[in-house]
Formats: sequence, structure tokens, C-alpha cells
Amino acid sequence: MKSGSNLEKILESGQFAVTAECGPPKGTSPKVIQKKGEPLKSCCDALNVTDNQTAIVRMSSLSGCVLLKEVGVEPVLQMVVRDRNRLALQADLLGAAALGIRNVLCLSGDHQRFGNHPTAKGVYDIDSIQFLQMVKNMRDEHRFINGEEISGDVPLYIGAAANPFADPFEFRVIRLAKKIAAGADFIQTQGIFDMAKFIEWMKMVRDRGLDEKTHILAGLIPIKSVGMARYMANNVSGLSLPKELVDRMADAQEPKEEGIKICLELIEQLKEVEGVHGVHVMAVAWEDIVPRIVEEAGLMPRPVM
Amino acid sequence: MITVEQKKLEEIAEMTKGHSRLLILGCETCAAMSLAGGKRQAEEVAGAIRIARKMSGENGKIVEDAIARQCEPEFVDLVEEGVAQCDAVLSLACGAGVQLLAERYPDKVILPGCNTSFLGITEGLGIWSERCAGCGNCILDKTGGLCPIARCAKQLLNGPCGGSMNGKCEISKKVDCVWQLIIDRLTRLGRLEVLEEIFPVKDWSPAGHGGPRKVIREDLTS
Repeated sequence: MKSGSNLEKILESGQFAVTAECGPPKGTSPKVIQKKGEPLKSCCDALNVTDNQTAIVRMSSLSGCVLLKEVGVEPVLQMVVRDRNRLALQADLLGAAALGIRNVLCLSGDHQRFGNHPTAKGVYDIDSIQFLQMVKNMRDEHRFINGEEISGDVPLYIGAAANPFADPFEFRVIRLAKKIAAGADFIQTQGIFDMAKFIEWMKMVRDRGLDEKTHILAGLIPIKSVGMARYMANNVSGLSLPKELVDRMADAQEPKEEGIKICLELIEQLKEVEGVHGVHVMAVAWEDIVPRIVEEAGLMPRPVM
Repeated sequence: MITVEQKKLEEIAEMTKGHSRLLILGCETCAAMSLAGGKRQAEEVAGAIRIARKMSGENGKIVEDAIARQCEPEFVDLVEEGVAQCDAVLSLACGAGVQLLAERYPDKVILPGCNTSFLGITEGLGIWSERCAGCGNCILDKTGGLCPIARCAKQLLNGPCGGSMNGKCEISKKVDCVWQLIIDRLTRLGRLEVLEEIFPVKDWSPAGHGGPRKVIREDLTS
């Protein structure tokens, strides 16, 4: 075992994993994230804690992870290279290991321009692929990025993101291969709506044998309203939302029910895609819907490792 | 070249207020190519300040001049007389020119008439764009002659990030994704496989993060 995390045990034993996401508050209350996380305990194998998501300042992901652990939820520490240089990233990783965090997701992060501090200086000292390499080296070689030795273990299960819907399409698989070579044990993809494109991407992934070198968790974003569907279709770079789904949301009598239905249909299709080892449900500001989705998708009960 | 943009006239008028004898000094190289701070623009700015001062009733004398390069001492020394006769100099050069003037004329007020934008190229009439970040360690041989340090919003060395769409950057549909351009160009050159290697972590110290930079050529100084 690399980390001994629940997520690692489930994926390495060949079972279909379920993860979800939990955003910390724009404030100091520990209850907010614990209230979001606790009901998801029984339906998810691990819960991602976002790191200043969309470049909006929130409680730090590391603190959020600790708070989730207190209520028995296994966290995935999301970390972006936008806000921290190599010193800060490594310092937080040591702290995370000391605090018993066992999963980390290494990301570039949305550009600061999108957030609530658009005039901030972006750090981007290293990129997400170099970050993966750094974490792997810390775990496997007990070395900092400068080559110096680390005292103690850094048992982290290392995750990365992949976006099959960004351009250029053909290069996306090459970039995934780079992330795996750099150290990604598992992958959480961008939210999938365009199943045809995802299937095509997965074929390219399998052709390179990459599905055997990492565990791919397919990303899902339950759509709450037609407004959200339109926003994602038009304003989120790197997200592909077919018009047909926007129309379905627009025509629906009960948009929330339609959104859940769409999500469940996507999960059914994803279960059949060879090389997909789980799902990652990103119910942004709709965390309480996750138990129902997991239940109705037939993914309950979760394995106890 | 170093691309500069002229400051707004209101800002120039405000900072030059009270300096009754004013020398407006153009720079005939980069600032002139930027159509912002050459001889012609020095004349235009001088004319505009004269009019503004007439309106506000401020007295004084405005003189304009230009030199080939404000970043070279030998040229800066050419205007010694003109500088001596004024209360302040409004330099239309880049920040380097402004500072060399200040260095050569320690007792004179030196003011910036332009904002220094970037190291760039002229795309067309009235359009300039950034090409070089002066990072001190050129990697253009590895990226198909297109620079991700200067042209990727995240300065990724292993791009493109997940926000690249239709050849554009996630920050704006008006900004090209340089990684798309790199991939296109390397594909055309039959060299795309170079991008399968993981680009190592960059040493940012020669990029300015190691403190102010200086180049010393021993062969020329000794």
C-alpha cells in the first residue's frame, strides 16, 4: 500500500469507487463543512475538499480535511499550484501527512482572474505535472524537490485531474500519460455530459494502456437548474454540455428531478465503459443530493475495507 | 522591442504641474516604434500640455527633444544642456530610460510619460503583443519557438491546462492558448513527441526572482 487510504484500498482491490466533493465555507465555522460531509460518509469512499475553488477564498482545504476526518469522513486534499510555491506546497504536504490525510489531488487551479481577487499575483512556480512528480518523490524517495531528505513517511495516494473535453483533443491523452508517468495513482475527470466524446477519449486511453496504469474516476456534475445548464454550456471553458441536455433541462417540469435523471443515465453508461474505475460526483452547492444519486445508481452499500 | 504606452494626458498634466520649465524627451528606438514616446509623440505631448496650461493659466516653458536611446549613457549625455535649463524632464522612454536619466542627472526631477508594457512585437498598425518575459533561460528550442512563460496565463511548462478550448485560453476568448499553438507547430514540424517528456521544474532565479539582474561580460570589462 502506498498510503493505506480507504480510496486506495477500494481502487486497488478492483472495486468501483465513489467520491464526491465538498467546498469549505467562506468563513470560520467548522460545522458548515462537517454538516456537508457527514451525510456523505456512508455513500462515498472519500470526499474531496476543494482548494480556493474557482479562485474564491474559502477556508483552507487542509483545515477542511481535518474537520472532515473528525467526523469520520476520509478526505482527499485538493491542492492548486496557483496559490503556493514549491516551499508552501511541500510544507502543507508534510502537515497533511502528519495530520493523517492520505489522499491528495494535484491541480493547476482556475486562473485567479475568475475569482474574487482577480488582481492577485498567481504563483504557478511549478505546474500540476511537476507537482505530481514532486509528491511522488516525497512519498517514494523521501526527498524534497531539492533532493534533501525528509524525515518520516509521506503516505499519500496521489490524484490528478484530466479533462477529455478541452482542446486539443488528441493531445489530452498524451498529457494524461505525462500525469501518470509523473505519479498519478488515480484520475478524477472533468464533469462528463458529452458521452460520445468521453467514450472516444477512453478508447485512446485504453489504446495506450493507460487504464491499467492508473484508476480513472469519471466526473459528474448533477445539474440543478436550466440556468446552471446554460451557464456551464456557455461560460465554463473546457466543459462540453450538449444542447440536447440543455433542452431537456429547459423543457422539464421539475428541473431538479430531470438533473438527477440525467446524472443517473450518465452513471449507467459509465459503468459500461471499460477502464472506468469509479465516479466522482461534484454536486456544487448541492451536496445533499449525493446520497440519493449513489443509492439510485445502485452503488450502495459502499464496501467496508 | 520594449512596448510602451503613453500615459493619459490628465495623469501627465497632474504630475508635471508646477514644473514650469519642462523638457519632454522622446526616445527614438522602442518608444518610437510603440508610437508612444518618439520624437513625434514628444511634440504632440508638448503641444497638448501647452494648451492645457493656457487653459489653466499656468505659466512656463515647454521644450521638446528626442534622443536615439535613453538607455545608453552616451546618448543621454547629449541632452545635458537642455536638461540643465529645465525644472523637470518628462521622459517618454521605457522605465529603463527614465531611470538612466535620473542616474545621469541626480539633481533633476525626472518623470515618466509612458507605462512600460512588455517585450513584444508589432502585430499590425496599432497592435502590439507580448512575446518574451525575459526569464533569463530561453526554452524556445523545446516549445516550437513559442513561449509558454510569456504567453500562457499560468506559465505552464507541461500544458495545456484543462481550460483550453477552440484554441483559446480559459481567461478570455480573445487570448490564444499558446499550448495549442505549440502543439500545432510541433505537429507541423513532425516533432510533437518532444512534448511527451515531462518538462522539469524551472529555475526562476534568472527570471528576476533571484533579485535584480545584471549581465557582466568579463571579456569586455577586463
